[in-house]
Amino acid sequence: MIPLVYFIFLSAFLFCVGIYGALTRRNVIGILVSIELILNAANINLVAFNKYLGTPDGMGQVFSLFVIAIAAAASVVGLILIIAIYRDRKALFTDGFTLMKE
Amino acid sequence: MIPLLSSIIFLPLVGVLLVALTPSRLDKCIKYTGLLITGLGLLLSIYLVMCFDKTKSSMQFVEYCPWLTGLNISYHLGVDGLSLALIFLTALLGFIACLASLNIQEKVKEYFIFYFLLMVGMFGTFMALDLMLFYIFWETVLIPMYFLIGIWGGPRREYAAVKFFLYTLAGSVLMLLSILTVYFLAQPHTFDILKLSSVGFDPHWQMVLFLGFFVAFAVKVPLFPFHTWLPDAHVEAPTPVSVLLAGVLLKMGGYGIFRICLPFFKDAAHNLAPALAIFAVINIVYGACVAMAQTDFKKMVAYSSVSHMGFVILGVAALNSTGFNGAVLEMFNHGIITGGMFLMVGVLYDRAHTRDLSQFGGLSSSMPFYAFCLTFLSLASLGLPGLSGFVGEFLSLVGAFGHYPWLVVLAAIGLIVGVAYFLYMLQRVLLGTLNPKCVSYGDMTALDLISVVPLIIITFIVGFYPQIVLTFQQVTINGIAHLF
Amino acid sequence: MNIAHYIPLFPFLAFVINIFMGRRLKVASAYVSIAACVLAFIFSLLVFQGFSAGQGSYSLGTWLVINGKSLNFGVIVDPLTIMMLLIVTFIGCFILIYSIGYMHDDPRFSRYFAYISLFMSSMLGLVLADNFILLLIFWEGVGLCSYLLIAFWYERPAAAAAGLKAFITTRIGDTGFLVGILILFFACGTFHFTDLKSVTGPESLLTLAAILIFTGAMGKSAQFPLHVWLPDAMEGPTAVSALIHAATMVAAGVYLVARCFPLFSAHPMALQTVAVIGGISALMAATIATVNNDIKRVLAYSTISQLGLMMLGLGVGGLSAGTFHLMTHAFFKALLFLCAGSVIHAVGTQDIQKMGGLLSKMKITGATFCIGTLALAGVPPFAGFWSKDEILLTAWNNHHPILFVVALLTSFLTAFYMARLIFLVLFGSARSQLHAHESPLTMTIPLMVLSVFAAFAGFIGAPIKEVGMEAHGGSFLIMAISTVVSLTGLGLAYLLYIRRIVLIPVSSVSGLHNLLVNKYYIDEIYDYVLIKPCLRLCQGSFVFDAKIVDGLVNAMASITQFFSGLLRKTQTGLIQNYLFVQILSLVLLLIWLLKI
Repeated sequence: MIPLVYFIFLSAFLFCVGIYGALTRRNVIGILVSIELILNAANINLVAFNKYLGTPDGMGQVFSLFVIAIAAAASVVGLILIIAIYRDRKALFTDGFTLMKE
Repeated sequence: MIPLLSSIIFLPLVGVLLVALTPSRLDKCIKYTGLLITGLGLLLSIYLVMCFDKTKSSMQFVEYCPWLTGLNISYHLGVDGLSLALIFLTALLGFIACLASLNIQEKVKEYFIFYFLLMVGMFGTFMALDLMLFYIFWETVLIPMYFLIGIWGGPRREYAAVKFFLYTLAGSVLMLLSILTVYFLAQPHTFDILKLSSVGFDPHWQMVLFLGFFVAFAVKVPLFPFHTWLPDAHVEAPTPVSVLLAGVLLKMGGYGIFRICLPFFKDAAHNLAPALAIFAVINIVYGACVAMAQTDFKKMVAYSSVSHMGFVILGVAALNSTGFNGAVLEMFNHGIITGGMFLMVGVLYDRAHTRDLSQFGGLSSSMPFYAFCLTFLSLASLGLPGLSGFVGEFLSLVGAFGHYPWLVVLAAIGLIVGVAYFLYMLQRVLLGTLNPKCVSYGDMTALDLISVVPLIIITFIVGFYPQIVLTFQQVTINGIAHLF
Repeated sequence: MNIAHYIPLFPFLAFVINIFMGRRLKVASAYVSIAACVLAFIFSLLVFQGFSAGQGSYSLGTWLVINGKSLNFGVIVDPLTIMMLLIVTFIGCFILIYSIGYMHDDPRFSRYFAYISLFMSSMLGLVLADNFILLLIFWEGVGLCSYLLIAFWYERPAAAAAGLKAFITTRIGDTGFLVGILILFFACGTFHFTDLKSVTGPESLLTLAAILIFTGAMGKSAQFPLHVWLPDAMEGPTAVSALIHAATMVAAGVYLVARCFPLFSAHPMALQTVAVIGGISALMAATIATVNNDIKRVLAYSTISQLGLMMLGLGVGGLSAGTFHLMTHAFFKALLFLCAGSVIHAVGTQDIQKMGGLLSKMKITGATFCIGTLALAGVPPFAGFWSKDEILLTAWNNHHPILFVVALLTSFLTAFYMARLIFLVLFGSARSQLHAHESPLTMTIPLMVLSVFAAFAGFIGAPIKEVGMEAHGGSFLIMAISTVVSLTGLGLAYLLYIRRIVLIPVSSVSGLHNLLVNKYYIDEIYDYVLIKPCLRLCQGSFVFDAKIVDGLVNAMASITQFFSGLLRKTQTGLIQNYLFVQILSLVLLLIWLLKI
């Protein structure tokens, strides 16, 4: 059986990649994708801990399902916003969006 | 039985509902709803005045209902001689300003919604007998006022609205802190104004709390040096809002002093009265001097308000029944007269689209009705004996004379400046040869006259026979004066 | 039956009718006013009769309650009031009749009668009021009407400015009046005139109160130093000048002092002040009148001078003398003003240097003008002689030699300038092209009636007799002196203006002449010392308000804005920066929590 620590490393790696992507991508869709990565890192953790720590009733799995559902909803909202912004600005680069600062 | 006070307060909320449900293209319909609701409010308040028992000094028409029992907050309303005249004033000016609002062209629906909310707040403030309720109504006034100035105002409306909002809010924050302190100092903890009146706070606390409340009220009154929001707000506000601002909002400050500062903190009032008198006289003289220097008609009237409200504070500082009666009467009279003055400014502004006094001249020839009304109201405002402005000022002066003869002399000298700037204004607007720019101005319309004439009649009647108002307030006011 | 309080109501009703229906009534508005005035006169006579039958003052109820003391709607009925009532309504009637002719083509004909009626109403109320506050109400009422009527031809900037000046100047006096009333109230707790006989209180305080009350009278009666408004007030219609600024309203100050006479006579200091101010005004105005060339202004200065004489009379203790002169003066000065109005109406100018020889063209006006002049100059047996003589006599008997000389000098100057006036206007030859014609009957009938009174009112005798005033010694001597002095004044004017004899070279007195022509530069001094600094103070306080007071408020806002501006720099608006800070702080938090 694969040791737990492998999963943790995998999820940590995914998390870091997600963070890195979210911080560095200029394209909004890229940021959205990176956020999905972060969420999936969490999912891996949830499922792995559920398996290895033997939480009752499969709570970890339930939570990961929740996360997936919410992530889907979140990306829908995010994509809608992105489309709205795109229609307005004809661009999807974050450094252009500083309206809040003005 | 129908709860009369609640009906008066929440009648405008019905108006909000009705207006909200009317499509915004039916703006005529919305305006008539506005007239209907404010007219009903006026009728109700007249009914209230008729049912009022002049001989009782206690609260009447009391409505009590526990609200947030854990904190001892209750829905407690009542009317006595102090608030009665102000409620009537609110209803009357509410109706008259509504008549003046028929000229509003833009966003009529939103305008009337805010207008009604404002009415709720004003009525509530004068009727609330629970500090928390009082505070809620007090703040309720602020928000619609902010929008009414900020959306329907003149060119610098944002600046004026924000200034008004922040200035009054800064005052109210101090009031909120004081309210909480009062709550925790009182044993048992209570927000009830009547109970708190008889608590008798520790003298050291009294000073702090008096000032805390007083600053909030002083901003509203407004008292020098907290007055600078007033000219800006007035100049930018549309005519009906100016009428309510000068006619009712300023009185909330004076009312608060009588309802809260004086009964709660008697010792502090005693100690601070001389300072109040000094500030009052500064208000009177300084306001008049600044008004003299104005070229903007509305700003001049605004500064004249500053000057007149000085008499209210002077009457408060007298700490005797004559002064108090004078102060309360002056609040009522000032509401009527200055409300009328702002209507007159509005009438002229509608025609000229300027308020620069140098742009007029000789209007007596082309606008005789206007000339009559403006002259009448100016004379009332400058305190001509025989018209209502004089009586309140005179009683304040008599009341204060025993304690501060020199200050009263100074205030009387301020009255001369008052005469000067009003007459100078009349000279620039009405007298002289007709300014060619003003040839096309039509005289006051029937609508203008309907809104101004009742005020003129009241001014005359009260001036000639002041007992007609004084009898309603005397018993209550003498009760407050008896505390000192 | 108590009917006195109805008297002011008639003119007030006329005012209401005329102001609201004037345009429809047109000429009829004059009849409304006259009818009201006649009714008021009849009622005044009834009150007089009632008073003779023993009716007195009464009260109509409470007006205000001040410091627990109630203030009544009181009506006072005594000889002084009755005298004033009769003067106001009687002279008022004729001036109203005169006004029909004088104002006949004015576009605001009915407005004029409305204002005049309001004035009559206030004036009658003023003399009926039995306490200071009620008096003050009507006092300001007459001041208001005076303002409205001075500025009646408001298209002329001079008229508008004169109205403003009149109102503000009298208001300055009234402020003193108000403070005086307050002091009196606090010293002895009363506003009622009837209590003045028995007031007791600190001597100095009551003296101060009396002097301050007198400042009100100074403003109203145009006494030095508050006299500046009256000459300017001549911008109003001449009939107004006759009624308000000669016969009635300006006499209200004298009436006030007479009304409060018990208070004054109990405090010699106050009485002294009244006499001195009266003397200064009398002499100063009379000297100015000798050089003025405006027919109405000469009369205006003469009014100031005569009012000063009344004050002087009161001030030396002569209640009867002062009020007697008030009465006779009302007749002949109203007459003179109406004559002047008739002349102005005919020739269309007020400059006496352009007139001359009008007697032949305007016989009635000329003759009545002469009667008025003789009455004012104090030539026996005309009305002015008797009352002036009484003042001189009182001054002499009460041992005020300086004031006696002042009064004598004033009467000399009075005779001189009045003679100068009629010589320049009526006699000699016309100095410019004038198309003079006699005025219509509506104007000449009042002239004739008033001239009868100007001639013979002196024989009525003083309406108010002081207690203990019996025949004084030396009265014949003083009569003789005063007659000689008046005739000398007339003669001097005859030499100078008819015979054109140059007594002294003009150049030698040009300095004095300039001083007089410029009215002692008092207007200029006020402008420089009072008005300009006051306006500068107002302007200064406005700048202070905008820059300092409001500046502080805005500065607070700016300071807040500055600091928030600094903080705002951290808000880049870039979502990734926020995220980075979030993560960084999360990591730091973790490090701290896990104690790594």
